[in-house]
Amino acid sequence: MTHVATETTQLLAQATDATPDVMAIPDGTVVTEGGDVVHSAAAPYDAAADAGGLSFYPLDQFIVRPIFGPGGVFDPASPVPEIHWYTPTNVTLWLALAVLSITLLFVVGSRGRATIPSRTQSIGELFYGFTYKMVEDICGKEGLRYFPYVMTLFMFILFANFLGLLPMSFATTSHIAVTGVLGFGVFAGITVLGFVLNGPKFLKLFWMTEAPLMLRPIIAVIELISYFVRPVSHSVRLAGNITAGHAVMKVFATFGAIAVVSPVSVLAITAIYGLEVLVCAIQAYVFAILTCVYLKDALHPAH
Amino acid sequence: MATETVAGQEASGGIPQLDLSSFPNQIFWLLVALVAIYLVLSRIALPRISGVLAERAGTISNDLAAAEEMKLRATAAEVAYEKALADARTESNRIGEQARVAAQADLDAAIADADRTIAAQTAKAEASIAEIRASAADNVAIVAKDVAQALVTAMGATADQSMIDAAVTDRMKG
Repeated sequence: MTHVATETTQLLAQATDATPDVMAIPDGTVVTEGGDVVHSAAAPYDAAADAGGLSFYPLDQFIVRPIFGPGGVFDPASPVPEIHWYTPTNVTLWLALAVLSITLLFVVGSRGRATIPSRTQSIGELFYGFTYKMVEDICGKEGLRYFPYVMTLFMFILFANFLGLLPMSFATTSHIAVTGVLGFGVFAGITVLGFVLNGPKFLKLFWMTEAPLMLRPIIAVIELISYFVRPVSHSVRLAGNITAGHAVMKVFATFGAIAVVSPVSVLAITAIYGLEVLVCAIQAYVFAILTCVYLKDALHPAH
Repeated sequence: MATETVAGQEASGGIPQLDLSSFPNQIFWLLVALVAIYLVLSRIALPRISGVLAERAGTISNDLAAAEEMKLRATAAEVAYEKALADARTESNRIGEQARVAAQADLDAAIADADRTIAAQTAKAEASIAEIRASAADNVAIVAKDVAQALVTAMGATADQSMIDAAVTDRMKG
């Protein structure tokens, strides 16, 4: 995520150099897709904007703010107040919408229990069959006990990713707090499950009996490190992909303020949006399939 | 004042993703959402869909079995039909043969009858011819005798009738 910030700064600098006389937004304010944040040119942060005429706030769309009250979703100009753990925020809203969408698809869509399915029901069955087969192929028959958990993760990430692509929406999976809970939750659950199912034999996961005896301790150390890096890569991969895509779109959108550049900007946003649609589905799939792979380790640690 | 706070937040917090003050909120609501999705899926949606899929698989296999049975029955019906057809053909041949034989017998009888009638007629006709021939010979003898009598008389001689008769009869034998 730091590279996103760096990139932004560079873009800022370029914009300042290239277009010193363009004042696309005269008062230096910009409205972001995420939360209608209005920045005043008077703020010290906006020095570059004053000089160049373009204001880049690609990360404002990720600000967590309450739904109600000052500084909330409907009052983005005010400062964001302190957020308690129970405060209903835009995170709450978009998580609730994800739950609602999943319920609509899987519960309302299949309410007819039709042998010849309706369109919605067949989409639900498609997701069911896809995930079921994925768990069965990777983890085997005994892995099917954990199918509902994998299905929960996969559907949540998929719906959260795609809801985040709606204009003006909030991408919950762009937050490391959210993906971290998912990634470390999978990690903790699988580690506990591995020891519960296999006892100390779970440690065989790190002890390669196929390797020469001399190399085994070294491989064990490497395996151990890679095992503990798993949750980090698992969660940062998802959050990083979603954040980067949304930030890039926002940067291109800001360039749209320059009249000459705006057609290119529109084309670029369209292209990036198409790419993001792919990324949303692929990242959800990657998360689910890696969860299955890790689950297989817990079920059959001796390779 | 307000904008300064926003800007200050931006500057100090940097990337919103790393703003630790929002973490408890996000984690709490994420857990709520995950539990809700898990309950909805595992209690309602997944059993229902797996039930529908199992039912569909059952229906399909039942239908396939029924189709297989129907096919067998169709094959059996076809065999029965072929058999009935062959039987009928044999039967019709048999009846035809029978009719032909019966007709032949009738024909033979009729021909024999006709032959008999013809033979009878022929015999009758031959008898009649023989009779006519016989009567013709007699008549010739009478005529010969009469002619001989007349010739004898014409030549001025008298001859005994019986002598003439014997002479004529004698010549006619020759």
